[in-house]
Amino acid sequence: MDAIVLQILNGLDKGSAYALIALGLTLIFGTLGVVNFAHGALFMIGAFCAVTLSRIINWSYTTISETEKNFLGEPLEVQVPYVHDWFGVAAGNTLIDWAVPLAILFSIPIMLAVGYIMERGLIKHFYSRPHADQILVTFGLAIVLQEVIKYFYGANPIPTPAPEVFAGSFDFGAMLGFDPNTIIYPYWRLVYFAFAAVIIGAVFAFLQFTTFGMVVRAGMADRETVGLLGINIDKRFTIMFGIAAAVAGLAGVMYAPINSPNYHMGMDFLVLSFVVVVVGGMGSLPGAVLAGFLLGILESFASMAAVLDVLPGLNQIIIYLVAIIILLTRPRGLMGRKGVMED
Amino acid sequence: MSKSNFTRRGVLKSGAVAGAGVALPTIFTASSAAAYMNEPTGGSVTLGFNVPQTGPYADEGADELRAYKLAVEHLNGGGDGGMMNTFSSKALQGNGILGKKVEYVTGDTQTKSDAARASAKSMIEKDGAVMITGGSSSGVAVAVQALCQEAGIIFMAGLTHSNDTTGKDRKANGFRHFFNSYMSGAALAPVLEKMYGNDRKAYHLTADYNWGYTTEEAVKSSTEAMGWETVNAVKTPLTQTDFSSYIAPVLQSGADVLVLNHYGGNMVNSLTNAVQFGLRDKEVNGKNFEIVVPLYSRLMAKGAGANVKGIFGSTNWHWSLTDEGSKAFVRSFGEKYGFPPSQAAHTTYVQTLLYADACERAGTHNPCGVAEALEGFEFDGLGNGPTLYRAEDHQCFKDVLVVKGKENPTSEFDLLEIVEVTPAEQVTYAPDHPQMGGADASLGTCNDGA
Amino acid sequence: MLGLAKKDFTLLAVVVGLTLLAPFILNPFPEGSGMAQFNAGYPDLMQRFVIFGIFAIGFNILFGLTGYLSFGHAAFLGVGSYAAIWMMKLVTTNVIPAMILAIIVAGAFALLVGFITLRRSGIYFSILTLAFAQMSYALAYSVLTPITGGETGLQLKLNDPRILDSALVGGDQARANLFGVNMSSSYEMSVGGWLFTFNAGYYIAAIVMILAFYMAIRIFRSPFGLMLRAVKSNQQRMNFTGLNSRPYTLAAFVISGMYAGLAGGLMVAMDTQVGPERMFWTASGEVVLMTILGGAGTLIGPVLGAGMIKYMENIISKINSTILHQWFAWMPDGLEDFVVAVIYPFIGKGWHLTLGIIFMLVVIFLPGGLVEGGQRIAGLFRRKKTADETSTTPAE
Repeated sequence: MDAIVLQILNGLDKGSAYALIALGLTLIFGTLGVVNFAHGALFMIGAFCAVTLSRIINWSYTTISETEKNFLGEPLEVQVPYVHDWFGVAAGNTLIDWAVPLAILFSIPIMLAVGYIMERGLIKHFYSRPHADQILVTFGLAIVLQEVIKYFYGANPIPTPAPEVFAGSFDFGAMLGFDPNTIIYPYWRLVYFAFAAVIIGAVFAFLQFTTFGMVVRAGMADRETVGLLGINIDKRFTIMFGIAAAVAGLAGVMYAPINSPNYHMGMDFLVLSFVVVVVGGMGSLPGAVLAGFLLGILESFASMAAVLDVLPGLNQIIIYLVAIIILLTRPRGLMGRKGVMED
Repeated sequence: MSKSNFTRRGVLKSGAVAGAGVALPTIFTASSAAAYMNEPTGGSVTLGFNVPQTGPYADEGADELRAYKLAVEHLNGGGDGGMMNTFSSKALQGNGILGKKVEYVTGDTQTKSDAARASAKSMIEKDGAVMITGGSSSGVAVAVQALCQEAGIIFMAGLTHSNDTTGKDRKANGFRHFFNSYMSGAALAPVLEKMYGNDRKAYHLTADYNWGYTTEEAVKSSTEAMGWETVNAVKTPLTQTDFSSYIAPVLQSGADVLVLNHYGGNMVNSLTNAVQFGLRDKEVNGKNFEIVVPLYSRLMAKGAGANVKGIFGSTNWHWSLTDEGSKAFVRSFGEKYGFPPSQAAHTTYVQTLLYADACERAGTHNPCGVAEALEGFEFDGLGNGPTLYRAEDHQCFKDVLVVKGKENPTSEFDLLEIVEVTPAEQVTYAPDHPQMGGADASLGTCNDGA
Repeated sequence: MLGLAKKDFTLLAVVVGLTLLAPFILNPFPEGSGMAQFNAGYPDLMQRFVIFGIFAIGFNILFGLTGYLSFGHAAFLGVGSYAAIWMMKLVTTNVIPAMILAIIVAGAFALLVGFITLRRSGIYFSILTLAFAQMSYALAYSVLTPITGGETGLQLKLNDPRILDSALVGGDQARANLFGVNMSSSYEMSVGGWLFTFNAGYYIAAIVMILAFYMAIRIFRSPFGLMLRAVKSNQQRMNFTGLNSRPYTLAAFVISGMYAGLAGGLMVAMDTQVGPERMFWTASGEVVLMTILGGAGTLIGPVLGAGMIKYMENIISKINSTILHQWFAWMPDGLEDFVVAVIYPFIGKGWHLTLGIIFMLVVIFLPGGLVEGGQRIAGLFRRKKTADETSTTPAE
């Protein structure tokens, strides 16, 4: 029983990452009808916003240590962050410690700008082109973006820890009456889950309860008619692209402490997020979120030792197996709309 | 039709060009022009450095390439000579290899066996390389080694840790200086016993591919031999990035040690996740919960950051060693590039030197002569103490380092500290050991491509 | 001639000429010169050009004609490769049986996958094919290790049974051959400073590609091909007329799977090694990119795209800073360092960056792929623009 509760927790946590990325991807699919292979790269850029901010806060000058030696036996150069001088050592260290949460604020304008430039500069010209061309150009863009990141940050993962207060894990077992230490979960992952819930809620609320959102939803349903009503739907779609980029970026920022960011993390998520979106059904935001959580939970169950003893290798294929079963039983995924990307 | 199996462009490139400047087409078969594959006939000899330059291991590949360039510089008599001065064999003169200037070509393995073979083939067919070296995964090493065997070229393996490279997939033309899974297990077990006692319950998470299997088997058998119990061993997909669903159930299993048979990005993520879950702060069965990483590298330790602190593992070499060879190497590498070399850099540098030295001692670049000179070769002064290149499987036997993540690193390179140097005898095994392919494993015969 | 219209015959003749003369065409620079770095006329790369050409031609039969975008075609290539290597390990190292088995096994697998995935269309179809390929990759890498060799893959071993072949004597190796002709044997011809390599394996692969290309032309021009185009332009209308389109798309899918299997079998024939990465989604993506880059729906486009990507991968990635310094050694020191520093990020380990930029430039400026680029250049020379009459016009 405790094992199952634990895997449900795991699934919700994994699912929240999948759902966040898939949400952004569906916004672009659904609103603009563009297959965006660079979406994983946006997620990656978000994570590197966290890395960059932490480097900026850590900006240091060099002093020569009197006592310590470096590996060549020469006096050791010690890096002292400027923030130590400006705010004192304690406050400076706190600032460094809180780099990832601060990066949320840092990343939003950057991601909005990246999304805006991408849409105006490139994607705009591809609305009427075949999906194949969209794939080629966005895939090319994804490669360029990740190679640029690799050029500046290297290929190795860069540890980007969460603030000290979130270290360690919370003991659900003790709270729910199980033995202590049976159901533990890291604080930061719980924060990630909550954060994802807030973002997803905010996007839905925005689309549901604002006039802007209403117009966008109308545009998703029937772009031509909305255009005929004299509404400048293009401008709104550009903004939606920026928002989708920001959602992907925020997912990346918060993900940085969970797995050290590296330049190819976007590609690792790309295929998976496409599967999630399609399983959810094309053009359906709730579908994407639902599929994200569903696949997250099933993936977690498939990784249990007891399951693998019976079906070795199930953890390797579970996502794809579920995708095949769902797409064969429900032609348009869980909640897909008819006629979206069906030809 | 010629009997040759690869073309011998090197012949032409390095000297015959001048003679071939006739208007009429001269058709020649390679065997008439050269005694063996890619025989260097001009004033230079070409080596092929085949390392990952794209993909997740690109930084490791970059470090290997730095070491290769340093080795070439030293072989050609440049720089301070590095480990050539401390090497027990004095055959190398600093005038290239057998008086021929050393040149090199580089390629990208992409850490994919197809790409690695394509790149190695272009070095052999287009550039006339007489030796191929490099790589940072066992899949690539096994694939390129088999190619070199077919082509009649020497392969000096880079970073490859799976037993298979010199176990069931060993080849007469392939040589490995790096240590292997078996050695990691044998070296780690006594240290783990000393630190954690002999009444422990281990939980393995294993990367679901060949290297993971051999490492799991090696660690399992050597820890079980000293009394540990293996509670469970779960395979994780190579493409996994988030290991939470594998790590979360560990505590429920009653295990008090977690062994992470992961490398590269897998290891960085699984260790980071395990520390996130606070496993190391827990107490199980009245003992402190511990994590072990059988194969460590400094670049991985850097990726995992503070999470490596206090965690045990093994490594082939570390720059903090204080023998003369290591010091000389660290000095010349550090002065050239500004930071200490990684173990990947060390093994590739040493392999290049060993190859050059074997050529000198054999008096030829012929792969069969070189192989003979390397087989059973005993040497010292290259950073790992007295070392034997065993003839039966072309594996080096030398001391293995047991290291642990440093608590208070002074720089971004100072992440590991050496806990123990396990002597070579303790990690030596029979050539037909069951973990090494048993009695079926055979080198075959040397191929010089003629 | 050969049942082809004149234009198609001309195209075929051009392809035949280019492939047979490839050792000359791809080695335009003399050995030892600085530009020799750009020579691609060595056996391995020439073999890869034609093999990936076959793969892309086959992919284009499905994608270019029917518009069904498969994102899992590498699975058929991989399955074909595994079949071929097992044939060579168990029965004989002659490449013909290996290639035949590769085609059959890949075709059978394509039939199974196609039967299931073609129940959906559009992106749903793409994701279904992707799912099958990723499952094949993941299983081959891990739990199927006893059959596939896992990460390290399969190679020919000395102790393989090979029931039809005579035992190896002495230090012999098992080698892929065609009735005794070794795939890796070559003639070399040196003319002046040039060196041209004629490799047996390349010519066998080239002949197979020419046959594959001929078949593709026949399929494109057949009533069956017309039917497939109808699927692309309007499947619904086709269904309303009472025609069931599924058998046609399934046939196209299986044919294109067999092309992939043939490519996989040839890969093993040229280089006796199989690894599972061959089936990873990036490999499936690569053939999609080759086809679009060259020009989807055109006959020659996919071959050009395949050549372009393989050239980048094998030539650009091998240029390192030492070579750059050699090239620009004639410049004044400061300028040389500057030029090298500017170019350096795009070569060697930066070849991915160059590839990404080329993808973007081609698709932005040449919507019809490289073929359109060729047509524009031809148009400049010909004045009379008859582009839409040439045989290389996109299908739709």
